[in-house]
Amino acid sequence: MTAVLDRETAHPTHERPALGEVKGIPFTRLVRVELRKMTDTRAGRWMLIVMAAISLLVVSINLIWGSNADQTFGTFLGLTSFPLMILLPIVGIMAATAEWSQRTGLVTFTLEPRRGRVLAAKNVAGVLLGLGVIAAAFVAAALAQLLAVWFNGVDADWSMPWKVVLGFVVAMTVFVIQGLAFGFALLITPLAIVASILLPTIWSIVAGISERLNSIGAWLDLNRTVEPLMSGTMTGEQWAHLGTSSLVWIGIPMLIGAWRVLTREVK
Amino acid sequence: MITVENLTKRYGQFTAVDDISFEVQPGSVVGFLGPNGAGKSTAMRMMTGLTPPTSGRSTILGRDYHALPNPARHVGVMLDAAAQHPGRTGKEVLHLVGMTIGAPKSRVDQAMDMVGLTPAEAKRRVRNYSLGMRQRLGLAGALMGDPQVLILDEPANGLDPQGIHWMRQLLRAYADQGGTVLLSSHLLHEVQIIADELVMIGRGRIVAQGSKAELLGAGGTRVHSLDNDALANALQAKGFEVSGDRSGILVQASPEEVGRAALDAQIVLTELHTAGSEGLEQLFLSLTAADSREPQAA
Repeated sequence: MTAVLDRETAHPTHERPALGEVKGIPFTRLVRVELRKMTDTRAGRWMLIVMAAISLLVVSINLIWGSNADQTFGTFLGLTSFPLMILLPIVGIMAATAEWSQRTGLVTFTLEPRRGRVLAAKNVAGVLLGLGVIAAAFVAAALAQLLAVWFNGVDADWSMPWKVVLGFVVAMTVFVIQGLAFGFALLITPLAIVASILLPTIWSIVAGISERLNSIGAWLDLNRTVEPLMSGTMTGEQWAHLGTSSLVWIGIPMLIGAWRVLTREVK
Repeated sequence: MITVENLTKRYGQFTAVDDISFEVQPGSVVGFLGPNGAGKSTAMRMMTGLTPPTSGRSTILGRDYHALPNPARHVGVMLDAAAQHPGRTGKEVLHLVGMTIGAPKSRVDQAMDMVGLTPAEAKRRVRNYSLGMRQRLGLAGALMGDPQVLILDEPANGLDPQGIHWMRQLLRAYADQGGTVLLSSHLLHEVQIIADELVMIGRGRIVAQGSKAELLGAGGTRVHSLDNDALANALQAKGFEVSGDRSGILVQASPEEVGRAALDAQIVLTELHTAGSEGLEQLFLSLTAADSREPQAA
């Protein structure tokens, strides 16, 4: 890098690279910056710490009050899915909307005017963060299993078919991406969070009203369509259910969000 | 080098920016002046790709902003110093910019040094910054990429006189080294000292543009002497337009012409200068009076 602007003299102190010589910003660097942006504030960091801690809380409850038969690694992990189903979308939402809640878009989009790349980088960073929270759940479950062996005297049961493990990770990631999609579509943090939390509730109500609505829910209720993933028993039809619900609750909001982010005026 | 050609922005029926065109040459500082709501910020956002123009175009260094790979290395932009996450430290803000554009880590300290932020201040979170510190941080961010062009929206906003003096020096030195600066401001006196050219905008349209000398020369000369009446007569006899008010005589002539007239009439002068700042303020107020928010005097 060349020398600093010399305030004392009026002489040119250095030359700058020609327009053609400067390359664009590599995508991986954009992702690294987005990841850093999500974790460099107290708010961001604590949100992730709290989410990791909630996994611990949930497994502790089972550890202390659960029956011995339930103290298997698989059960512990399965229990973490309940809070994670609600929290992971929030990870996604925060990743998507942080730029708009703080107006930092004025800086971000002047540094990289090709917004599609920034959008993609936020998606990747959001998923990576989500994977981090999921990893914390695995750690919590493992810890709980060990503690169950030491304190409750149960035999460790680490058996978990790889399909179930993979299914769990994929299902949880789906929730992160759903959050990202909602976040980009709405661009208002609290609105997106409320919408994301209300969605399963509304579905339960709707499904309870009539048999017909219940069968529609089989295709469109994201919480239901990921269940077979987590138990490792996806059939062809269930993949179709998952695909449809993903299209409706992830694909469409993501498209809306992409259109909004790419064309919106940044003030 | 910045060019703006017929840039227009309409929001439904409302025209925020109406067919503006101007150029900023390398090595010069252009002051973009206008009352609140005149369209300055909107125009700057269009130049930096944040707002899509309704029609017209603007180029920086010959290219559309979107076509600049890593624009911060060529154009330093500061549109709103307050647009920062309050939970981040100043150093972190600059670090993020540096990371994005690929600047070496040492650049953060250099930039802070250039704008006068101490290492202690850099470690504080932006929510604990004073207005002046935020402006300095914003300017540091714009300078991180060591750009050839600076686009600054109200950079002197909230700075104390010392801060304004410092910014003036910085931008002047920057332009003298060949950099290009476009800054918008309400502070007529400051812009007048630092800018070479002025572009005045009112209600989205350019109402006046040109070099400082052209625009201010039109203001005339202010003169005070030991015998103002005699001087006024002498000047009128020579065909110059003279108007008097409480602070002396205003003559539509160059200081040289007034001086010679005084010399011929053997009148001692006590004050002689271009109507400079008042001229600019008058110009600004008159040209934008129709768009001003002040209640019109009956």
